[in-house]
Amino acid sequence: MLIKLARLSLWNRRGTVLMTVLSLVISISLLLGIDHLRHEAKNSFTSTVSGTDLIVGARSGQLNLLLYSIFRIGNATANISWETYQRIQRHPQIAWTIPISLGDSHRGYRVVGTNQDYFEFYRYAGQQQLQLAQGVIFDDVYDTVLGSEVATRLGYQLGQEIVLAHGIGQVSFSEHKDKPFTVVGILAPTGTPVDQSVHVSLEGIEAIHIDWQQGAPMPGRRVSAEQALEMDLTPKAITAFLVGLNSRAATFLVQRQINEFRGEPLTAILPGVALAELWQMLSMVERLLLVITVLVLLAGLVGMTTTLLASMKERQREIAILRAVGAHPGTLFWLVQLEVLLITLASLVLAMAVLMVGLWFGQDLLASRYGLFIGLNPIRDSSLQLMGLVLGLALLLGCIPSWLAYRRALTDGLSVRL
Amino acid sequence: MKVGQPVTDKPKKYVIELKNLRFRWPGKQGWQLALDNLQLEAGQHLFIRGASGSGKTTLLNLLSGITTPNEGGLWLQQTPMHKLSAAKRDTLRAQQIGVVFQQLNLIPYLSVLDNVLLVAGFANQSAGELTERAIMLLQHLGLNDELHHQKATELSVGQQQRVAIARALLLRPALLIADEPTSALDADNRDAFMRLMLAEATESGTTVIFVSHDQALQSFFNWHLPMDQLEQGVQPC
Repeated sequence: MLIKLARLSLWNRRGTVLMTVLSLVISISLLLGIDHLRHEAKNSFTSTVSGTDLIVGARSGQLNLLLYSIFRIGNATANISWETYQRIQRHPQIAWTIPISLGDSHRGYRVVGTNQDYFEFYRYAGQQQLQLAQGVIFDDVYDTVLGSEVATRLGYQLGQEIVLAHGIGQVSFSEHKDKPFTVVGILAPTGTPVDQSVHVSLEGIEAIHIDWQQGAPMPGRRVSAEQALEMDLTPKAITAFLVGLNSRAATFLVQRQINEFRGEPLTAILPGVALAELWQMLSMVERLLLVITVLVLLAGLVGMTTTLLASMKERQREIAILRAVGAHPGTLFWLVQLEVLLITLASLVLAMAVLMVGLWFGQDLLASRYGLFIGLNPIRDSSLQLMGLVLGLALLLGCIPSWLAYRRALTDGLSVRL
Repeated sequence: MKVGQPVTDKPKKYVIELKNLRFRWPGKQGWQLALDNLQLEAGQHLFIRGASGSGKTTLLNLLSGITTPNEGGLWLQQTPMHKLSAAKRDTLRAQQIGVVFQQLNLIPYLSVLDNVLLVAGFANQSAGELTERAIMLLQHLGLNDELHHQKATELSVGQQQRVAIARALLLRPALLIADEPTSALDADNRDAFMRLMLAEATESGTTVIFVSHDQALQSFFNWHLPMDQLEQGVQPC
């Protein structure tokens, strides 16, 4: 009977109740959405690179090296000479290496100079290998393989010619117009920065810079694309390289040997450790976001409490009637708490529905725009805990109007102060 | 003062019996209410006349077991209300006492019938079994079937007050307490209301305590008690 009373009482005040539910739905779906996204983002983030034992670059901090080699963010401070790369590559413990040469771009997307090993050994999200959606891996000097986002966003097709720009700005004034590249392959989406990369061979990088010096074309000297092919295109330097070892047990040994390499100052990092450190930095932001959503939720719950408190005035009569027919003051406490429970449960269910629909619609957008691949199912341990927390907080705050109802029932008795 | 004293000397089982009742609000000086003796038998109808502020509400709260006296005792059908816990008094009120207020007796979002049956749950009785009696009471009080499922607020004030009587008498309580239930009615409605209420109370074998400042209603009752005789602080303790 109490449930019927609570239900009908809420229905009677459906205007304000609806607004309360609406504000709760917004704040709860925000909270659950942020929680879902941060889990998915963490998964997606930490699976950016896997299977790589070491990342090697010129001497720098490990975050800087990780950012420019894997996430294509920032710049290398120095390069690694080709000779050094060749020497380290011959280390008996090293199974494979992927050279990476950065510094050019195409319409804001980074150009990655590498070789066929990139497509063979690069792994992400566990053991996933890069897959071609169309075409083939580059073979010729002026071939390029595009990440999926580059191709879809710029609308590139196989066979199309593109011009690389010097430097990494969105708009570049010095382009390698004389040596256009042909799209021969487009990769399948990975949800990693690979999607935003333009891949060319190391020889291609060398060829477009053959008549350049100090970051500018050499005056008075022009080498055509065809002429360049005749010349020695062995790279002089690369930016970084990824290393796979024969045995993981050797990781620290090889890392130390590279760090102590006498030829030039190098840094070797463990990608897992660096990713964890980077995520820790990012998780500050993510935690801040979560705190904000919790505050939004609190505002919603306080709003509900306010609405219920405001309704207590018009409900004095109701309290007196219920007391007259034999309701205990405690019954009135639970009646108001039951209303809190109904409002909160309705909001939780609606918020979950809103979130699922939102994810269903937002999934494609997030994947295509931000390369963020998110699962559709937001229900997990942490979201259930959060829902429990919401319910607990609601009932805790609900104690305020409930206690007021209790007090009124106890002191006012059958009289009504209007 | 002896009010509602039995006519014979034989020991009677009173429906309600008050002895040396004293009440004061916490922190106030002097008695808010002092009543030495009041006894009512089954089926007796008592009129208590008093203006507002004369301790009327306090008396109603005491009679219905919302509050307990500071001194003295109050028995409802030999049950000492002043010794019961608050929860037991609440249940006793649900089962044995019907209350009708001045106005706005009904919960606005419940139907007429649900308002009448509201009391059942608090008295631990099944609403289903009482529906028949509820409908009968409503019909006796001149409320047709088509009104039963309307919302309480869609009825006129006079109709609402009659629904309140139906609820108060649903469980055939020992005592009906009415607090100026006619104050919002015009003279014609008022007299009709009084007759209906007292007839139904008699039918249910319910004792009535009726509180009003309106002397004109006194003629409906055999037993009278002027409130000013038991006003605050008049009687020394």
